[in-house]
Amino acid sequence: MKFTEEHEWLRVEGELVVVGITKHASSQLGDIVFIELPDEGTTVSKDDEIVVIESVKAASDILSPLDGEIVEINEMLVDEPGKVNDDPSGDAWFFKIKPDNMDQVEEYMDEAAYTKLIG
Amino acid sequence: MSDKLMHTPLNDLHQNNNAKMTAFAGYDMPLQYKNGIMSEHLHTRRHAGLFDVSHMGQIVLRGNDFNQVAIALETLIPMEVKTLEVDRQRYGFFTNSTGGILDDFMFSNRGDHIYMVVNASRKEDDIKHLRKHLEPLGVSVKNLENRALIALQGPASETVLSEHYSKISKMHFMDVSTIPIAGAECWISRSGYTGEDGFEISIPNKAAEIVTDTLLKHKSVELVGLGARDSLRLEAGLCLYGQDIDTTTSPVAAGLKWAMHKSRLSEEQQEESFPGANTILSEIKNGSEYKLVGFVPLGKAPIRADTQLFVNSTSSAPIGRITSGLFSPTQKHPIAVGYIKSEFSCLGNRVDAKVRGKFLEIEVTPLPFVKKNFKK
Repeated sequence: MKFTEEHEWLRVEGELVVVGITKHASSQLGDIVFIELPDEGTTVSKDDEIVVIESVKAASDILSPLDGEIVEINEMLVDEPGKVNDDPSGDAWFFKIKPDNMDQVEEYMDEAAYTKLIG
Repeated sequence: MSDKLMHTPLNDLHQNNNAKMTAFAGYDMPLQYKNGIMSEHLHTRRHAGLFDVSHMGQIVLRGNDFNQVAIALETLIPMEVKTLEVDRQRYGFFTNSTGGILDDFMFSNRGDHIYMVVNASRKEDDIKHLRKHLEPLGVSVKNLENRALIALQGPASETVLSEHYSKISKMHFMDVSTIPIAGAECWISRSGYTGEDGFEISIPNKAAEIVTDTLLKHKSVELVGLGARDSLRLEAGLCLYGQDIDTTTSPVAAGLKWAMHKSRLSEEQQEESFPGANTILSEIKNGSEYKLVGFVPLGKAPIRADTQLFVNSTSSAPIGRITSGLFSPTQKHPIAVGYIKSEFSCLGNRVDAKVRGKFLEIEVTPLPFVKKNFKK
Protein backbone atom coordinates (compact mmCIF):
# COMPACT_ATOMS: atom_id res chain seq x y z
CA MET A 1 0.00 0.00 0.00
CA LYS A 2 1.23 3.52 -0.82
CA PHE A 3 0.25 6.82 0.79
CA THR A 4 0.04 10.44 -0.40
CA GLU A 5 0.70 13.59 1.59
CA GLU A 6 -3.00 14.33 1.05
CA HIS A 7 -3.75 11.29 3.27
CA GLU A 8 -4.96 9.00 0.52
CA TRP A 9 -4.00 5.34 0.33
CA LEU A 10 -3.37 3.52 -2.97
CA ARG A 11 -3.62 -0.24 -3.40
CA VAL A 12 -2.64 -1.90 -6.68
CA GLU A 13 -5.13 -4.51 -7.95
CA GLY A 14 -3.86 -5.90 -11.27
CA GLU A 15 -3.89 -3.05 -13.77
CA LEU A 16 -6.07 -0.87 -11.50
CA VAL A 17 -5.33 1.20 -8.39
CA VAL A 18 -7.90 1.41 -5.58
CA VAL A 19 -7.91 4.77 -3.74
CA GLY A 20 -9.34 5.76 -0.37
CA ILE A 21 -8.44 7.99 2.57
CA THR A 22 -6.57 7.03 5.71
CA LYS A 23 -7.98 6.57 9.21
CA HIS A 24 -5.99 9.65 10.22
CA ALA A 25 -7.74 11.73 7.53
CA SER A 26 -11.22 10.43 8.33
CA SER A 27 -10.85 11.15 12.02
CA GLN A 28 -9.52 14.64 11.29
CA LEU A 29 -12.54 15.31 9.08
CA GLY A 30 -15.01 14.22 11.75
CA ASP A 31 -18.47 12.83 10.97
CA ILE A 32 -18.70 12.50 7.20
CA VAL A 33 -22.19 13.24 5.92
CA PHE A 34 -21.87 13.48 2.13
CA ILE A 35 -19.48 12.32 -0.57
CA GLU A 36 -19.51 13.42 -4.19
CA LEU A 37 -17.67 10.97 -6.45
CA PRO A 38 -16.57 11.46 -10.07
CA ASP A 39 -18.44 9.76 -12.93
CA GLU A 40 -17.15 6.41 -14.10
CA GLY A 41 -15.24 6.85 -17.34
CA THR A 42 -13.91 10.29 -16.41
CA THR A 43 -10.34 10.96 -17.52
CA VAL A 44 -8.42 12.68 -14.73
CA SER A 45 -5.01 14.25 -14.23
CA LYS A 46 -2.92 14.11 -11.08
CA ASP A 47 -4.05 16.79 -8.57
CA ASP A 48 -7.50 17.25 -10.16
CA GLU A 49 -10.13 17.76 -7.45
CA ILE A 50 -12.25 14.69 -8.05
CA VAL A 51 -13.98 13.87 -4.77
CA VAL A 52 -15.77 16.20 -2.34
CA ILE A 53 -16.10 15.05 1.25
CA GLU A 54 -18.47 16.97 3.50
CA SER A 55 -18.52 16.77 7.27
CA VAL A 56 -21.17 18.49 9.43
CA LYS A 57 -19.33 21.79 9.23
CA ALA A 58 -16.99 21.83 6.24
CA ALA A 59 -16.22 20.53 2.76
CA SER A 60 -12.84 19.11 1.71
CA ASP A 61 -11.51 18.05 -1.69
CA ILE A 62 -9.68 14.87 -2.54
CA LEU A 63 -7.16 15.17 -5.36
CA SER A 64 -6.50 12.50 -7.93
CA PRO A 65 -3.14 10.93 -7.06
CA LEU A 66 -2.59 9.70 -10.63
CA ASP A 67 -3.21 10.42 -14.30
CA GLY A 68 -5.70 7.95 -15.71
CA GLU A 69 -9.34 6.92 -16.07
CA ILE A 70 -11.85 6.37 -13.30
CA VAL A 71 -13.22 2.91 -14.01
CA GLU A 72 -15.30 2.26 -10.90
CA ILE A 73 -16.66 4.27 -7.98
CA ASN A 74 -17.91 2.99 -4.64
CA GLU A 75 -21.67 3.64 -4.92
CA MET A 76 -22.18 2.51 -1.33
CA LEU A 77 -20.66 5.78 -0.09
CA VAL A 78 -23.44 7.82 -1.70
CA ASP A 79 -25.97 6.28 0.71
CA GLU A 80 -23.62 5.58 3.59
CA PRO A 81 -20.94 8.27 3.71
CA GLY A 82 -20.40 7.49 7.41
CA LYS A 83 -18.67 4.23 6.36
CA VAL A 84 -15.59 6.35 5.67
CA ASN A 85 -15.38 7.01 9.42
CA ASP A 86 -15.91 3.35 10.29
CA ASP A 87 -13.73 1.51 7.78
CA PRO A 88 -11.69 3.94 5.66
CA SER A 89 -9.03 1.47 4.54
CA GLY A 90 -11.41 -1.42 3.82
CA ASP A 91 -14.99 -1.25 2.49
CA ALA A 92 -15.04 2.53 2.19
CA TRP A 93 -12.67 2.91 -0.77
CA PHE A 94 -13.55 5.83 -3.07
CA PHE A 95 -12.70 4.83 -6.64
CA LYS A 96 -10.64 2.54 -8.85
CA ILE A 97 -8.45 4.24 -11.39
CA LYS A 98 -6.65 2.80 -14.45
CA PRO A 99 -3.40 4.74 -14.42
CA ASP A 100 -1.73 5.87 -17.64
CA ASN A 101 1.58 4.93 -16.07
CA MET A 102 1.72 2.48 -13.17
CA ASP A 103 5.18 3.82 -12.24
CA GLN A 104 3.47 6.96 -10.85
CA VAL A 105 2.30 4.84 -7.90
CA GLU A 106 5.89 4.17 -6.88
CA GLU A 107 6.50 7.89 -6.26
CA TYR A 108 4.36 7.79 -3.13
CA MET A 109 5.29 6.99 0.49
CA ASP A 110 5.31 3.54 1.98
CA GLU A 111 3.50 2.87 5.24
CA ALA A 112 6.54 3.58 7.42
CA ALA A 113 7.10 6.99 5.82
CA TYR A 114 3.42 7.85 6.14
CA THR A 115 3.27 6.82 9.78
CA LYS A 116 6.23 9.11 10.38
CA LEU A 117 4.46 11.98 8.56
CA ILE A 118 1.37 11.87 10.77
CA GLY A 119 3.50 11.01 13.84
CA MET B 1 -1.95 42.36 15.66
CA SER B 2 -0.21 39.55 17.47
CA ASP B 3 -1.13 36.13 16.12
CA LYS B 4 -0.85 34.53 19.54
CA LEU B 5 -4.24 33.21 20.49
CA MET B 6 -5.86 34.20 23.78
CA HIS B 7 -6.85 31.49 26.24
CA THR B 8 -10.05 31.28 28.27
CA PRO B 9 -9.76 30.18 31.94
CA LEU B 10 -10.92 26.73 30.76
CA ASN B 11 -8.11 26.13 28.23
CA ASP B 12 -6.40 23.47 30.39
CA LEU B 13 -9.72 21.70 30.89
CA HIS B 14 -10.20 21.54 27.10
CA GLN B 15 -6.71 20.13 26.58
CA ASN B 16 -7.27 17.57 29.34
CA ASN B 17 -10.48 16.48 27.61
CA ASN B 18 -8.75 15.91 24.24
CA ALA B 19 -10.43 18.82 22.52
CA LYS B 20 -9.61 19.54 18.91
CA MET B 21 -8.84 23.24 19.17
CA THR B 22 -9.48 25.97 16.61
CA ALA B 23 -8.82 29.70 16.35
CA PHE B 24 -12.00 31.68 16.82
CA ALA B 25 -12.17 35.48 17.22
CA GLY B 26 -8.59 35.55 18.48
CA TYR B 27 -9.12 32.74 21.01
CA ASP B 28 -7.92 29.15 21.14
CA MET B 29 -11.31 27.41 21.41
CA PRO B 30 -12.56 23.80 21.35
CA LEU B 31 -14.10 22.91 17.98
CA GLN B 32 -15.07 19.47 19.28
CA TYR B 33 -14.08 16.83 21.82
CA LYS B 34 -13.45 13.15 21.22
CA ASN B 35 -17.07 12.18 20.47
CA GLY B 36 -17.35 14.65 17.59
CA ILE B 37 -19.85 17.24 16.43
CA MET B 38 -22.68 14.85 15.58
CA SER B 39 -22.64 13.11 18.95
CA GLU B 40 -22.16 16.33 20.94
CA HIS B 41 -25.06 17.91 19.06
CA LEU B 42 -27.45 15.02 19.73
CA HIS B 43 -26.34 14.78 23.36
CA THR B 44 -27.31 18.43 23.85
CA ARG B 45 -30.77 17.87 22.31
CA ARG B 46 -31.36 14.75 24.46
CA HIS B 47 -29.53 15.46 27.73
CA ALA B 48 -27.26 18.45 28.50
CA GLY B 49 -24.23 19.96 26.78
CA LEU B 50 -21.70 22.22 28.47
CA PHE B 51 -20.03 24.90 26.32
CA ASP B 52 -17.15 27.25 27.14
CA VAL B 53 -18.20 30.63 25.77
CA SER B 54 -15.74 32.69 27.83
CA HIS B 55 -14.49 34.32 24.64
CA MET B 56 -17.71 36.33 24.54
CA GLY B 57 -17.71 39.83 25.98
CA GLN B 58 -19.29 40.49 29.37
CA ILE B 59 -19.96 44.15 29.98
CA VAL B 60 -21.45 46.09 32.89
CA LEU B 61 -23.10 49.50 32.36
CA ARG B 62 -23.48 51.66 35.47
CA GLY B 63 -24.90 55.12 36.19
CA ASN B 64 -26.76 56.71 39.08
CA ASP B 65 -29.51 54.12 38.76
CA PHE B 66 -30.97 51.59 36.32
CA ASN B 67 -33.25 54.14 34.68
CA GLN B 68 -30.42 56.47 33.73
CA VAL B 69 -28.48 53.57 32.19
CA ALA B 70 -31.59 52.33 30.39
CA ILE B 71 -32.31 55.74 28.82
CA ALA B 72 -28.69 55.94 27.67
CA LEU B 73 -28.65 52.45 26.13
CA GLU B 74 -31.91 53.16 24.31
CA THR B 75 -30.09 55.82 22.24
CA LEU B 76 -28.11 53.00 20.56
CA ILE B 77 -30.70 50.22 20.11
CA PRO B 78 -34.28 49.83 18.82
CA MET B 79 -35.45 48.05 21.99
CA GLU B 80 -37.16 49.33 25.11
CA VAL B 81 -34.75 49.10 28.02
CA LYS B 82 -36.60 51.16 30.66
CA THR B 83 -39.45 48.61 30.80
CA LEU B 84 -37.13 45.68 31.45
CA GLU B 85 -37.91 44.36 34.93
CA VAL B 86 -35.32 43.47 37.54
CA ASP B 87 -33.78 40.04 36.94
CA ARG B 88 -35.05 39.87 33.39
CA GLN B 89 -33.05 39.66 30.15
CA ARG B 90 -33.76 40.77 26.58
CA TYR B 91 -32.22 40.22 23.14
CA GLY B 92 -30.93 43.36 21.45
CA PHE B 93 -28.65 44.74 18.77
CA PHE B 94 -26.74 47.93 18.03
CA THR B 95 -27.78 49.55 14.74
CA ASN B 96 -25.63 51.82 12.57
CA SER B 97 -26.65 55.01 10.72
CA THR B 98 -27.60 53.03 7.59
CA GLY B 99 -29.87 50.68 9.53
CA GLY B 100 -27.38 47.76 9.57
CA ILE B 101 -26.41 45.75 12.64
CA LEU B 102 -23.15 46.41 14.55
CA ASP B 103 -23.60 43.47 16.91
CA ASP B 104 -26.32 41.48 18.61
CA PHE B 105 -26.33 40.66 22.32
CA MET B 106 -28.26 39.86 25.48
CA PHE B 107 -28.81 42.52 28.15
CA SER B 108 -30.32 42.22 31.60
CA ASN B 109 -31.54 44.42 34.42
CA ARG B 110 -29.49 43.49 37.48
CA GLY B 111 -31.12 45.96 39.87
CA ASP B 112 -28.83 48.97 39.75
CA HIS B 113 -26.94 48.17 36.54
CA ILE B 114 -27.17 46.53 33.12
CA TYR B 115 -25.18 43.40 32.30
CA MET B 116 -24.56 42.55 28.65
CA VAL B 117 -23.14 39.55 26.80
CA VAL B 118 -21.80 40.43 23.34
CA ASN B 119 -20.09 38.50 20.52
CA ALA B 120 -16.39 37.72 20.89
CA SER B 121 -15.54 39.03 17.43
CA ARG B 122 -17.24 42.34 18.18
CA LYS B 123 -16.48 43.01 21.85
CA GLU B 124 -13.62 45.47 21.37
CA ASP B 125 -15.65 47.56 18.93
CA ASP B 126 -18.76 47.30 21.12
CA ILE B 127 -16.89 48.63 24.13
CA LYS B 128 -15.52 51.57 22.10
CA HIS B 129 -19.01 52.25 20.73
CA LEU B 130 -20.57 52.14 24.20
CA ARG B 131 -17.85 54.34 25.75
CA LYS B 132 -18.10 56.91 22.99
CA HIS B 133 -21.86 57.28 23.29
CA LEU B 134 -22.67 56.44 26.92
CA GLU B 135 -19.82 58.03 28.89
CA PRO B 136 -20.96 61.55 27.89
CA LEU B 137 -24.37 60.58 29.32
CA GLY B 138 -22.79 59.71 32.68
CA VAL B 139 -22.75 55.94 32.20
CA SER B 140 -19.59 53.89 32.81
CA VAL B 141 -18.72 50.88 30.65
CA LYS B 142 -16.78 48.07 32.27
CA ASN B 143 -15.36 45.10 30.38
CA LEU B 144 -15.50 42.15 32.80
CA GLU B 145 -12.24 40.39 32.01
CA ASN B 146 -12.34 38.68 35.39
CA ARG B 147 -15.30 36.43 34.58
CA ALA B 148 -15.65 33.26 32.51
CA LEU B 149 -18.88 32.24 30.77
CA ILE B 150 -20.24 28.77 30.17
CA ALA B 151 -23.53 27.56 28.75
CA LEU B 152 -25.41 24.51 29.99
CA GLN B 153 -27.97 23.57 27.34
CA GLY B 154 -30.47 20.79 26.89
CA PRO B 155 -33.53 19.24 28.57
CA ALA B 156 -31.56 17.96 31.59
CA SER B 157 -30.09 21.40 32.40
CA GLU B 158 -32.70 22.25 35.04
CA THR B 159 -32.16 18.95 36.88
CA VAL B 160 -28.40 19.48 36.83
CA LEU B 161 -28.62 22.98 38.31
CA SER B 162 -31.32 22.01 40.82
CA GLU B 163 -28.58 20.28 42.81
CA HIS B 164 -27.05 23.70 43.40
CA TYR B 165 -30.15 25.92 43.58
CA SER B 166 -33.42 24.44 44.76
CA LYS B 167 -35.57 27.22 43.25
CA ILE B 168 -34.22 26.76 39.73
CA SER B 169 -37.58 25.47 38.46
CA LYS B 170 -39.15 28.84 39.39
CA MET B 171 -36.95 30.55 36.79
CA HIS B 172 -38.54 31.10 33.37
CA PHE B 173 -37.00 31.70 29.96
CA MET B 174 -34.96 34.95 30.07
CA ASP B 175 -34.98 35.22 33.87
CA VAL B 176 -31.63 35.99 35.52
CA SER B 177 -30.40 35.24 39.02
CA THR B 178 -27.29 34.93 41.21
CA ILE B 179 -26.62 31.48 42.67
CA PRO B 180 -23.69 29.73 44.32
CA ILE B 181 -22.12 26.76 42.51
CA ALA B 182 -19.16 25.07 44.20
CA GLY B 183 -18.92 28.11 46.47
CA ALA B 184 -18.58 30.62 43.62
CA GLU B 185 -20.94 33.50 42.90
CA CYS B 186 -22.48 32.63 39.54
CA TRP B 187 -24.73 34.91 37.51
CA ILE B 188 -27.14 32.76 35.56
CA SER B 189 -29.73 33.45 32.89
CA ARG B 190 -32.23 30.94 31.59
CA SER B 191 -31.33 31.31 27.93
CA GLY B 192 -28.88 30.10 25.34
CA TYR B 193 -28.07 29.59 21.70
CA THR B 194 -29.33 26.09 20.94
CA GLY B 195 -33.13 26.34 20.96
CA GLU B 196 -33.16 24.09 24.04
CA ASP B 197 -33.98 24.97 27.61
CA GLY B 198 -30.76 25.90 29.36
CA PHE B 199 -28.65 28.43 31.19
CA GLU B 200 -25.72 30.73 30.61
CA ILE B 201 -23.50 30.92 33.68
CA SER B 202 -21.01 33.71 34.40
CA ILE B 203 -18.30 32.63 36.84
CA PRO B 204 -15.32 34.43 38.46
CA ASN B 205 -12.22 33.34 36.45
CA LYS B 206 -10.55 31.66 39.40
CA ALA B 207 -13.60 29.43 40.00
CA ALA B 208 -14.29 28.65 36.32
CA GLU B 209 -12.60 25.27 36.35
CA ILE B 210 -14.07 24.04 39.62
CA VAL B 211 -17.62 25.10 38.66
CA THR B 212 -17.27 23.46 35.25
CA ASP B 213 -15.82 20.27 36.77
CA THR B 214 -18.65 20.20 39.30
CA LEU B 215 -21.31 20.40 36.57
CA LEU B 216 -19.46 17.83 34.43
CA LYS B 217 -19.70 15.31 37.27
CA HIS B 218 -23.43 14.97 36.58
CA LYS B 219 -24.05 11.94 34.36
CA SER B 220 -26.22 13.94 31.93
CA VAL B 221 -23.56 16.55 31.14
CA GLU B 222 -20.93 16.34 28.38
CA LEU B 223 -18.58 18.93 26.95
CA VAL B 224 -19.65 20.36 23.60
CA GLY B 225 -17.49 22.43 21.24
CA LEU B 226 -18.09 25.32 18.88
CA GLY B 227 -18.83 22.94 15.98
CA ALA B 228 -22.02 21.63 17.55
CA ARG B 229 -22.82 25.10 18.91
CA ASP B 230 -23.08 26.21 15.27
CA SER B 231 -25.23 23.27 14.13
CA LEU B 232 -27.51 23.63 17.18
CA ARG B 233 -28.07 27.35 16.67
CA LEU B 234 -28.72 26.94 12.95
CA GLU B 235 -31.33 24.22 13.57
CA ALA B 236 -32.95 26.64 16.04
CA GLY B 237 -32.99 29.34 13.33
CA LEU B 238 -30.80 31.70 15.39
CA CYS B 239 -28.63 34.24 13.54
CA LEU B 240 -24.84 34.25 13.80
CA TYR B 241 -23.26 37.69 13.74
CA GLY B 242 -20.72 38.11 10.94
CA GLN B 243 -22.43 35.42 8.91
CA ASP B 244 -26.23 35.92 8.82
CA ILE B 245 -26.26 39.49 10.10
CA ASP B 246 -23.70 42.30 9.85
CA THR B 247 -23.36 46.02 9.19
CA THR B 248 -24.92 45.62 5.72
CA THR B 249 -28.01 43.61 6.71
CA SER B 250 -31.07 45.30 8.17
CA PRO B 251 -32.97 43.79 11.10
CA VAL B 252 -36.11 43.82 8.93
CA ALA B 253 -34.49 41.68 6.21
CA ALA B 254 -32.98 39.43 8.90
CA GLY B 255 -36.42 38.66 10.37
CA LEU B 256 -35.59 40.42 13.65
CA LYS B 257 -38.56 42.79 13.64
CA TRP B 258 -39.94 40.90 16.66
CA ALA B 259 -37.00 42.08 18.77
CA MET B 260 -37.71 45.79 18.17
CA HIS B 261 -40.35 47.54 20.25
CA LYS B 262 -43.23 49.46 18.69
CA SER B 263 -42.72 52.38 21.07
CA ARG B 264 -39.20 52.82 19.67
CA LEU B 265 -40.42 52.83 16.06
CA SER B 266 -42.70 55.87 15.91
CA GLU B 267 -43.22 57.84 12.67
CA GLU B 268 -40.36 59.48 10.83
CA GLN B 269 -38.20 61.36 13.28
CA GLN B 270 -36.39 64.71 13.01
CA GLU B 271 -33.74 63.38 15.30
CA GLU B 272 -33.48 59.60 15.16
CA SER B 273 -34.17 57.90 18.50
CA PHE B 274 -31.54 55.26 17.62
CA PRO B 275 -29.06 55.04 14.72
CA GLY B 276 -30.68 54.24 11.36
CA ALA B 277 -34.23 54.56 12.76
CA ASN B 278 -35.67 56.19 9.64
CA THR B 279 -34.17 53.58 7.29
CA ILE B 280 -35.52 50.78 9.46
CA LEU B 281 -38.96 52.46 9.72
CA SER B 282 -39.15 52.79 5.96
CA GLU B 283 -38.25 49.10 5.51
CA ILE B 284 -40.95 48.10 7.97
CA LYS B 285 -43.47 50.19 6.00
CA ASN B 286 -42.37 49.26 2.47
CA GLY B 287 -40.78 45.86 3.00
CA SER B 288 -37.15 44.95 2.54
CA GLU B 289 -35.58 44.03 -0.81
CA TYR B 290 -34.22 40.76 0.63
CA LYS B 291 -35.42 38.37 3.33
CA LEU B 292 -33.53 35.87 5.44
CA VAL B 293 -35.26 32.49 5.06
CA GLY B 294 -34.64 28.82 5.75
CA PHE B 295 -33.71 26.42 2.95
CA VAL B 296 -33.66 22.67 2.62
CA PRO B 297 -31.70 21.27 -0.33
CA LEU B 298 -33.64 18.58 -2.24
CA GLY B 299 -30.46 16.55 -2.73
CA LYS B 300 -27.95 15.27 -0.21
CA ALA B 301 -25.16 17.80 -0.69
CA PRO B 302 -24.82 20.42 2.05
CA ILE B 303 -25.08 23.97 0.69
CA ARG B 304 -22.51 26.17 2.44
CA ALA B 305 -22.20 29.89 3.22
CA ASP B 306 -21.50 32.20 0.25
CA THR B 307 -23.26 29.92 -2.26
CA GLN B 308 -25.18 32.03 -4.76
CA LEU B 309 -28.85 31.45 -5.58
CA PHE B 310 -30.50 31.66 -9.00
CA VAL B 311 -34.08 31.47 -10.30
CA ASN B 312 -32.98 28.48 -12.42
CA SER B 313 -29.94 27.06 -14.14
CA THR B 314 -30.28 29.34 -17.17
CA SER B 315 -30.38 32.62 -15.26
CA SER B 316 -27.24 34.68 -14.88
CA ALA B 317 -28.10 37.22 -12.18
CA PRO B 318 -28.14 35.87 -8.62
CA ILE B 319 -31.28 36.45 -6.54
CA GLY B 320 -29.70 35.67 -3.19
CA ARG B 321 -26.97 33.96 -1.23
CA ILE B 322 -26.62 31.37 1.51
CA THR B 323 -25.17 32.78 4.76
CA SER B 324 -25.04 29.56 6.86
CA GLY B 325 -25.39 25.95 5.77
CA LEU B 326 -24.53 22.58 7.24
CA PHE B 327 -25.76 19.04 7.76
CA SER B 328 -28.49 18.92 10.42
CA PRO B 329 -27.61 16.16 12.91
CA THR B 330 -31.22 16.12 14.18
CA GLN B 331 -32.96 15.99 10.81
CA LYS B 332 -30.23 14.00 9.04
CA HIS B 333 -30.25 16.20 5.96
CA PRO B 334 -28.64 19.49 4.96
CA ILE B 335 -30.17 22.79 6.11
CA ALA B 336 -29.29 26.40 5.35
CA VAL B 337 -30.36 30.00 5.80
CA GLY B 338 -29.74 32.88 3.46
CA TYR B 339 -31.00 36.08 1.92
CA ILE B 340 -33.27 35.90 -1.10
CA LYS B 341 -35.12 38.66 -2.97
CA SER B 342 -38.46 39.06 -1.22
CA GLU B 343 -40.50 38.11 -4.31
CA PHE B 344 -38.90 34.61 -4.21
CA SER B 345 -39.18 34.13 -0.45
CA CYS B 346 -42.55 32.31 -0.15
CA LEU B 347 -42.51 29.00 1.65
CA GLY B 348 -42.22 26.09 -0.76
CA ASN B 349 -40.61 28.16 -3.51
CA ARG B 350 -37.75 26.30 -5.22
CA VAL B 351 -34.63 27.95 -6.55
CA ASP B 352 -31.18 26.80 -7.68
CA ALA B 353 -27.99 27.00 -5.65
CA LYS B 354 -24.75 26.99 -7.63
CA VAL B 355 -22.41 24.49 -5.98
CA ARG B 356 -19.06 23.68 -7.62
CA GLY B 357 -20.46 24.71 -11.00
CA LYS B 358 -23.62 22.61 -10.67
CA PHE B 359 -27.13 23.89 -9.99
CA LEU B 360 -28.78 22.13 -7.05
CA GLU B 361 -32.44 22.64 -6.21
CA ILE B 362 -33.31 24.02 -2.78
CA GLU B 363 -36.67 24.86 -1.22
CA VAL B 364 -37.67 27.78 1.00
CA THR B 365 -38.73 26.29 4.35
CA PRO B 366 -40.04 27.64 7.67
CA LEU B 367 -37.66 28.55 10.51
CA PRO B 368 -36.71 27.16 12.96
CA PHE B 369 -35.79 23.72 11.58
CA VAL B 370 -36.20 22.21 15.04
CA LYS B 371 -38.95 23.26 17.48
CA LYS B 372 -37.71 25.47 20.30
CA ASN B 373 -37.91 23.94 23.74
CA PHE B 374 -37.82 26.96 26.07
CA LYS B 375 -39.28 27.03 29.57
CA LYS B 376 -41.88 29.78 29.15
